[in-house]
Amino acid sequence: MTSTGALGGLLDGPPAVVAAGVEVFSGALRAQGASVADVDWRPPAVGDPADLAALALDPRRAAANRTAVERVLAAGSVLVDVRPAREVLGLEDRTLLHSGPPLTWEAASGPMRGALVGACLFEGWASTVEEAEALLASGGVALEPCHHRSAVGPMAGVTSPSMWAWCLEDPVNGGRAYCNLNEGLGKVLRMGAFNEEVLTRLAWMRDVLGPLLARAVRSMAEPFDAKAVLAQMLQMGDEGHNRNRAGSLMTLRELSPALVALDAPSDDVAAALRFIGGNEHFFLNLGMPTAKLAMDAARDVPGSTLVTVMARNGTEFGVQTAGTGDRWFTGPAQTPVGLFLGDYGPEDANPDIGDSAIMETYGVGAFSMAAAPAIVRFVGGTVPDALATTERMYQLTLAENPAMAIPIMGFRGAPTGIDVLAVARTGWLPQINTGMAGRVAGTGQVGAGLVQPPRECFEQALAALAQEARTAA
Amino acid sequence: MSAPGPGEGVRHVSLRSGVYADSVRLMQVSRDVGAREGVIAVLVAMATPLNVDLAAGMGFAPDGTPSPDQLLIAVRAVDDDALAAAVTAVDAALAERERSRATADAQPARTIAAGLDDLDPGTPALAIVSVPGQYAALEAADAIAAGRSVLVFSDGVPVEQEVALKRAAHEAGVLVMGPDCGTAIVAGVALGFANVVRPGPVGVVAASGTGAQQVSCLLDAAGVGVSHVLGVGGRDLSEAVGGLATLDALAALDADPATERVLVVSKPPAPSVAEAVGRAAAGLSTPVRSAALSPETPDLTAAVEALLGDLGLDVPVWPSRPGPAEAAPPGAVLKGLYSGGTLADEAMLLAAPVLGDVRSNTPLRPELGLVIDPSAPDLSAAGHVVVDFGDDALTVGRAHPMIDPTLRLEAIARLAASGEPAVLLLDVVLGHGADADPAAALAPALTAARAQAQLPVVVALVGTEADPQGWSRQADALAAAGAAVFASNAAATRYALDLLGAEL
Repeated sequence: MTSTGALGGLLDGPPAVVAAGVEVFSGALRAQGASVADVDWRPPAVGDPADLAALALDPRRAAANRTAVERVLAAGSVLVDVRPAREVLGLEDRTLLHSGPPLTWEAASGPMRGALVGACLFEGWASTVEEAEALLASGGVALEPCHHRSAVGPMAGVTSPSMWAWCLEDPVNGGRAYCNLNEGLGKVLRMGAFNEEVLTRLAWMRDVLGPLLARAVRSMAEPFDAKAVLAQMLQMGDEGHNRNRAGSLMTLRELSPALVALDAPSDDVAAALRFIGGNEHFFLNLGMPTAKLAMDAARDVPGSTLVTVMARNGTEFGVQTAGTGDRWFTGPAQTPVGLFLGDYGPEDANPDIGDSAIMETYGVGAFSMAAAPAIVRFVGGTVPDALATTERMYQLTLAENPAMAIPIMGFRGAPTGIDVLAVARTGWLPQINTGMAGRVAGTGQVGAGLVQPPRECFEQALAALAQEARTAA
Repeated sequence: MSAPGPGEGVRHVSLRSGVYADSVRLMQVSRDVGAREGVIAVLVAMATPLNVDLAAGMGFAPDGTPSPDQLLIAVRAVDDDALAAAVTAVDAALAERERSRATADAQPARTIAAGLDDLDPGTPALAIVSVPGQYAALEAADAIAAGRSVLVFSDGVPVEQEVALKRAAHEAGVLVMGPDCGTAIVAGVALGFANVVRPGPVGVVAASGTGAQQVSCLLDAAGVGVSHVLGVGGRDLSEAVGGLATLDALAALDADPATERVLVVSKPPAPSVAEAVGRAAAGLSTPVRSAALSPETPDLTAAVEALLGDLGLDVPVWPSRPGPAEAAPPGAVLKGLYSGGTLADEAMLLAAPVLGDVRSNTPLRPELGLVIDPSAPDLSAAGHVVVDFGDDALTVGRAHPMIDPTLRLEAIARLAASGEPAVLLLDVVLGHGADADPAAALAPALTAARAQAQLPVVVALVGTEADPQGWSRQADALAAAGAAVFASNAAATRYALDLLGAEL
């Protein structure tokens, strides 16, 4: 009888051994000349052992995760329009969207309150800060997470009806995702600032920039492919979250001809081009809906332990998974560690805020840190730290995204699709790059750095997924 | 040192042209210099409008009209010395090159999945899991998902998890050896407690570790050898698990060109499962012989001898050191102190028909059970007793008796001191993973016991000459201490029964 390669060829020759647990075994194997790799095993950091086993042994899991991650990888992202949020997000009057999981005015942090106040002033719902605060405190404005309306917003993520929104479409799965326009750096609404400078800029964006972009985007013969730009950025030193320099310049390159060709006052066009060219994070608000489209494609896959959302509202960090639909698993937002502008210090920083962790959920940002070594210095790290971070994230994720290749990793695909079970087992939390808003409303940006989700999110998600697995069994 | 408020101290504000550093680098410089003693505030930044505003807010408004390609250096310190030192430090920090390697330290794999992922997919591979039992299924499931077989040494794995793992493995075309599988040999590689045996045509499927060691050592002594020993875990042939791994192991050995005969070794199986396995075995092209222990087939050595007959080979004289011809004291009882569970079962199955009831912590019938407190084991029940020191209840918090002989040595001393007339029957298991020199501790203990009491000692020495401990070396040392030594546990048991004057 010839070999049939039974048991994957196990009996055909001395097997290579991968061992987890006591080292006595490995020593005896090495003494026999066998090839042995010891796993750096440790007890899971999160989750009840029975829950972990229920998930590991859920017969649906492998196929469900494969389905979910295939949808993520297949998703595309094309810029199809720019419209007022009122129209495309169905924002009723006196409704504001914000970043992260659901939030009340009472629980909102300084920068979130600042942004909400600023939006009320911008919309004319209040004429003074005090009026705006009273309106918000009275419940006179409905607050809702961006994620509930297929949208994402960086930092406070506050999106009001009159703001213009990028409209992106996934040509593969047919989904749509939205994001407001990036205001630039420093004193900006998304960082909680709401002074005259902020409101003046928002008004110009509403009255001049938004309409110009809408006309330009609609006139483009070849639609702007945001996914392709994101892929190129990783070849150019960006990681797509804290560093968007190359992506923003490419966006300027793509939009310029269409803007210039508009029948519009040249002063306005020049101002728009200057604004885009002067904002190295301009692409972030196109990258985020690109990631959102991909992660939304993986929604509602029963049995999948894939993380579809990581988002923060400045008070809480929230996580959603493919296997648990729209349910939020939340814990207290952590304060980032990093570098500060001017003489701001750690005591000035607000806890983690923003939907931009959708980038890491998609496998870029800090997960592709190796593509952007400059970013790791935000925590006084080194280039090897950047490589190590990406290496670690491979152990948390279900796939490598061939569309998002990282040159220095030998063009290995970005580590994509966080597995709740892998987070629990390795004890490594997802790494996130982030900006830091000032703790006090009105301050604006105080720095940038690195942060991680709180363990609680994954504890709850794991318990819920295990419960669902048992119900399905 | 007083803490000056804003606006106090001395300040330095300068603009430099032709110097560029990225913002991250500059924030680092600002932070490092700001941490120096005597420095109150620092801003080192490109003179963009945003940064000039920031500087103004800190009381650092530069003179003239700064341009964004200029570097703004602004420092406030408690005195002139601190200020000068800080400005020097800014220059030094700007000039400093990052000295680091361009490669990361490899990130250690933390799961079996990650470890297997590092292997070439074409390489035959096996995962070994010996983590605490409550987590073993996680690691084992990784191996199955990766299309790899896995040996689970861990005990305490819930039986429903075992069943789920084995079903998944069957679908994936791989094998789960275990849980609680301590013995296997795969393509010549000994895993766990296994002996150095010659390669040969006999494949062994073992729901019993020491049973597998016994038959593989006897096959080696007969000059036959084994192709593979596939452990399946002690519960595989129970009603609950239904022989899932045994059936898969049989199919794999049937397909293996190196395997011409198969021997299935186990403790007494559930009858329905034994029947199902028998039916499956009958359908294979490779002949399968059962060495499952039962009251009707109590003898592993006999199963090996029958297999030799199948192969047309003569049964050799099994190695032994008969020891001194001595009589048992009047009224002697059998005291079997075992490290191997299957060997203990075999001893009880052989002894029961001639001695009557034998009490045990792993009894043939529940009513013969000893109550054993693992924290203070009292194994001194009177009458015929066989104790399995390898039973889970006696290994909580300590190593297996094949590694740590303490409990058994204590029991021998207690037996000698008890005055109860007895014949002492022991097993000593050699091979990989076992005590490097078991006779070194056991022989003096036997000598001491025999000096105190008239105590004939019979040892079943399971091993091969090629084992690290060497069968003859160990046998000679034990024989010198007055023990009668046998390579066959059945032969040792019969010898002990003979000394007791039992009718065989």
